[in-house]
Amino acid sequence: MPPGDAAVHEAAPQPATRRIVNDFSIQVATVNGSGSQTANLVLLRSIFQMGVPVSGKNMFPSNIAGLPTWFTIRANKDGFIGRKKEVDFLVAMNPETAREDVLSLEPGAAVLYDAPLKLKDLRQDLVFYSVPYDKIVAEVCKDAKLRRLVKNMIYDGVLSKLLGVDMGQMEAALRKQLGPKVKAIELNLGALKAGFEFAEHHLEKQDPYVVEPMTKTAGMILVEGNAAGALGCMMAGVTVVAWYPITPSSSLPETLIGYMKKYRVDKATGKATFAIVQAEDEIASIGMVIGAGWAGARAMTSTAGPGISLMSEFAGLAYYAEVPGVVFDIQRVGPSTGLPTRTAQGDMLTTAMVSHGDTKHIMLIPASVQECYTMAMDAFDLAERFQTLVFVMSDLDLGMNSWMSDPFPYPDTPLDRGKLLDKATLERLGEWGRYMDVDGDGIPYRTIPGDGLPAYFTRGSGHNEKGQYSERPDDYVKNLDRLVRKFETARQYVPRPEVLDEPGADIAIIGYGTSHWAIDESLGQLREEAGMRAAYLRLRAYPFTDDLGTFIDRYQRVYVVEQNRDAQMLGLMRLELSSDRIAKLRSVLHYNGLPIDARSVTDDLLVQEGRKTKESLHAGVIAAGVQAGGE
Amino acid sequence: MATKINRIGLEMQPYRGGKTTLCAGCGHNAISERIVDAFFEMGVDSSQVVKLSGIGCSSKSPAYFLGGAHGFNAVHGRMPSVGTGAMLANRKLIAIGVSGDGDTGAIGIGQFVHLMRRNVPIIYIIEDNGCYGLTKGQFSPTADLGSTLKTGIVNDLPPIDTCALAIQLGASFVARSFSGDKKQLLSILKASLSHRGTCMIDVISPCVTFNDHEGSTKSYAYAKEHDEVLGEVSFVPFFEDISVDYDPGTTKEVELHDGSKLYLKKVAEDYDPTNKFEASRLIHEAARRGEFATGILYIEPDKDDFVTLLNLVDEPLATLPLERTRPGREALDEIMESLR
Repeated sequence: MPPGDAAVHEAAPQPATRRIVNDFSIQVATVNGSGSQTANLVLLRSIFQMGVPVSGKNMFPSNIAGLPTWFTIRANKDGFIGRKKEVDFLVAMNPETAREDVLSLEPGAAVLYDAPLKLKDLRQDLVFYSVPYDKIVAEVCKDAKLRRLVKNMIYDGVLSKLLGVDMGQMEAALRKQLGPKVKAIELNLGALKAGFEFAEHHLEKQDPYVVEPMTKTAGMILVEGNAAGALGCMMAGVTVVAWYPITPSSSLPETLIGYMKKYRVDKATGKATFAIVQAEDEIASIGMVIGAGWAGARAMTSTAGPGISLMSEFAGLAYYAEVPGVVFDIQRVGPSTGLPTRTAQGDMLTTAMVSHGDTKHIMLIPASVQECYTMAMDAFDLAERFQTLVFVMSDLDLGMNSWMSDPFPYPDTPLDRGKLLDKATLERLGEWGRYMDVDGDGIPYRTIPGDGLPAYFTRGSGHNEKGQYSERPDDYVKNLDRLVRKFETARQYVPRPEVLDEPGADIAIIGYGTSHWAIDESLGQLREEAGMRAAYLRLRAYPFTDDLGTFIDRYQRVYVVEQNRDAQMLGLMRLELSSDRIAKLRSVLHYNGLPIDARSVTDDLLVQEGRKTKESLHAGVIAAGVQAGGE
Repeated sequence: MATKINRIGLEMQPYRGGKTTLCAGCGHNAISERIVDAFFEMGVDSSQVVKLSGIGCSSKSPAYFLGGAHGFNAVHGRMPSVGTGAMLANRKLIAIGVSGDGDTGAIGIGQFVHLMRRNVPIIYIIEDNGCYGLTKGQFSPTADLGSTLKTGIVNDLPPIDTCALAIQLGASFVARSFSGDKKQLLSILKASLSHRGTCMIDVISPCVTFNDHEGSTKSYAYAKEHDEVLGEVSFVPFFEDISVDYDPGTTKEVELHDGSKLYLKKVAEDYDPTNKFEASRLIHEAARRGEFATGILYIEPDKDDFVTLLNLVDEPLATLPLERTRPGREALDEIMESLR
C-alpha cells in the first residue's frame, strides 16, 4: 500500500481547524541505544532557536542498549518548562511499548508511528500519522549498517513539516550537535530532508500543534545542571576533585575534567592547577576531599544517594573535626538496581544529618541550572567559612536534562577562605586554640599544614578547645554547644528563600529544588481553575532562615511539595518549628520516579482543599515510563 | 655532654610528641622513638610534616611523635584517602601514616590497595601485631595460620602478606622490619624520607597484652627467633659527605630521589631488591620456612609518584592565588557562547 494513501485514510476524520501555538509536549518513545538522542536534542534545540521556551527530559533505563526509553520535549509560550503530565504528540518508535504508549494518551493527541507497528486501529479518538521509516532510510543511506543511526532523523524531518519547525534551524542545530563530523552531518541531513519531503507529499496535517517563532529565548543558553555545577566549581577555584562514577552524577566531574583541561592548565608550564582523581569508591572520594580540605585546598566530590550513604562516617568526622569540603548530591531513586536513572528528592533528611552522633550539615538546594552554577560557588565559600561539609542537593531531572537559562554571570566577589589564622591574628589573639570560639559566632580559627603556624592534632569528637584529646564531659558538651552556635550563625549566611507573598490568601505552598517548576505552573492553574490564590516560598538552603517561620505565620494552610514519599523536608521543619506552625503544614508528595508536574500538584492540592474529589481526577493518564523496563 | 643539634639547628626535643598511653613494652612505642630519631637525624622541618592514622592502638601513636606537625586521626581503615587528599592539596608536605594490621589488612584493605597502586608519596607504616589490641585481642588478617589467641583459639585462615601485596600493587619502596631491631628500622625510616613515592613499611610490633604468649607468631620471642635479616641496610643521606667503599659483588648501591644513597648487603648472590619477582619470591620462600624476611625488600627509586603523574604545578594547590584558579571573563563568555 502506498504510504501516502495510507496516511490520508489513517488520520482521524476531523480536520485541523483548531491551532495550538507553542504549547504542547512531544514524547519520543524509542529503544535505548538506538541513537535517538541526537534526533531528540536537534529537535529540542531547533525549537529553542526559534525563540520558544522549551525543555527536554530524558526518561531512560539503567541499561546500555535494548530497554525502552522516552524523551519528552515541552514547548510552552509562557515559559512553563516543568514536565507536562499529558503527552500531546507521541512519536512511537519502540514496538515493545507502542501499544501501551498509545493507550495512555489523552483524546485528541497525535501519534507519529513506524508503519509496521500498525497502531491506527488501537484508538478512534487520536490523530495518526504513519511513516515507512525503513523504506525512506534505505533511499538516503546506502550503508545498511548506518541506517539504524540515521533513521531517527527522519521523524525530526516529519515533525519539522507537521509542526512548522524551521528546517534552517533544524540544520543549524544538527551542525551544532555533531560538530566536526562532516560525514555524519551529511548523512543525517539527508534523512532530515527525506522525512520533511515525505511529510510534505504524503501527510495531511490533522493535529492542532504548531511552532511559531518567538523571541523569548534570545540570548539564552541551553545546558544541563551537572555542566552548570561543574562550571560553578571551576569558577569557585576548586583545586582537588575526587569522585566515583555513579548515575546521575558522573557527568558533573566528567564535564569538569573537560573544562579544567581547557581553562585551568598553566599556560607557561603546561601544568595543572588542579588534581582530579577517580577514586576507588565514594568513601575514598570523601576521604580525599577531607584530606585536601584539611590541608587548605578547595575540594569537592559529586555523587548520588548510595554515595552519600557510604560517606556517612567521614561526613561526621568532617563535622566534628571541622574540615571544609563540597559534596554534590545528584539525587535519584533508591539503592541498588531498580530505578537508578529516575529522579527524586529522596536524600534530604538523611543528608541533613548524615553520620552518627549529633550532626547537622549545611545543604544548598538549586532549582535551576543557574543556581547549580551560583550555588557551587556559594558552597565553597560556606564550606570554608564554616569549616564543614556543604551539600549541594541537585537531582537527576536538573542534573542530566537540558534546561534553558539566562547566561551565567561572571563572579565579581573574591573567594571567602574563612577564618585562616595568620601571624597578625595570632598576635592579636595572644592565645590560639583550634576550637576556641574567640569571636562568639562558634567559628574557630584554623591553621593548615605547611603554613608554619601552630600545629594541632585533628580527631573526632573527643577534644577540648585546644584540640587536645579529651573525654571530659564538660569539654564534650562545650564543644557540642559551640557547634550548635556555629550552625546558628550559618542561618545568616545561607541563601535565603524566594518568597512570593499573596496578601489575603489562605493557602501557601513551600517547595524546593526542581519541584519549583511544577509549583510555579500550578499557581496559575489554581488561580484559573479554582479561583484560588496561593503564596509560595521556595527554600534554597538548610538550615532554614527566619523567613520560613514568618511566612508560615501569614497563611492558614501551608502545603509542602516534595518529590519523596516520606515528606522529608516537612520532617526537618518539624524538628525546629513551633507546634502552631507545624500544625499548619500539609504535604503534596510525588514519588514515581518521573519529574513532578503541575497537574499532579494542582490536583492533589485541590483534593486536600475539598475542591475536587479523588474520583473526579482524570483517570487513565499514565505517563509513559511508569511501566516496568522488563529485565 | 653537649646537646645534639641536627642539620637545621634543632635539638631532639621538638621531634618528640605527647606521652604515650599505650601499654608499657608495646612495640609501637619503640617505633615512635625510631620515627623521632629518623626525622631528627634527617633534619626534617616538622611544620612541613603531616602525620596521619586510622583507628586502633597503632593509630594513636602519631600523637606520640613530632609534636610540631599537623596530625589527623582519620576513620578506621581510611587514612590512605585522607593522606592522598592532603598530598594533592600540598605536594610540598612530607606525609607519614601509621596504620595497624587490622586497620590495613581488614577494614582498610581497599584503600591500602589503591594507595599502593597510585604510588602516593606517603611513608605508610603498619605496626603489625597480628591482633586487634584496642578491642581486646581478636585476630587480625596478618595473623599466621595456626597462631593462637591467649584463650587458645586457633587461627585457621592464611595471613595477608602486606609486603608481597604492596610489591604486586605498585608501591615503589617496600620494607619489613621488627620493632626490636633499632638499627635496621632507623636506616629504613631514614631511607624512606629520601624516597619519593609510597614507602610501605611493615613492622612486626608485638602486642605485650594480647599476643605475646607461646603459640603466637607475633610475640617478641617468636619474632627474635624467626627474623631473617636480609643483610645490612646502610643509608648515607645526601647531606653527609661520606664515600663508601663497597663490593658490588656483595652490596647493591641504590641512589634515592634526593641524592641520598642506600647500600644493601646481598644475602644471596642472585637477590636484587630492584627486581619485583625476586623480591616476591624471597618473601614467599621465607614465609614457607616459617620465617619473615626483614630489610628493604623492594625499591624502585625512579618510578613516578602520583603527584608527578597528575602533572601538578610546582606550588601547593591549596594556596594558589585566585587569578590562577578562576579563569577570566573571556573563558566564561566562550563557554556561554558554546551553549547558545
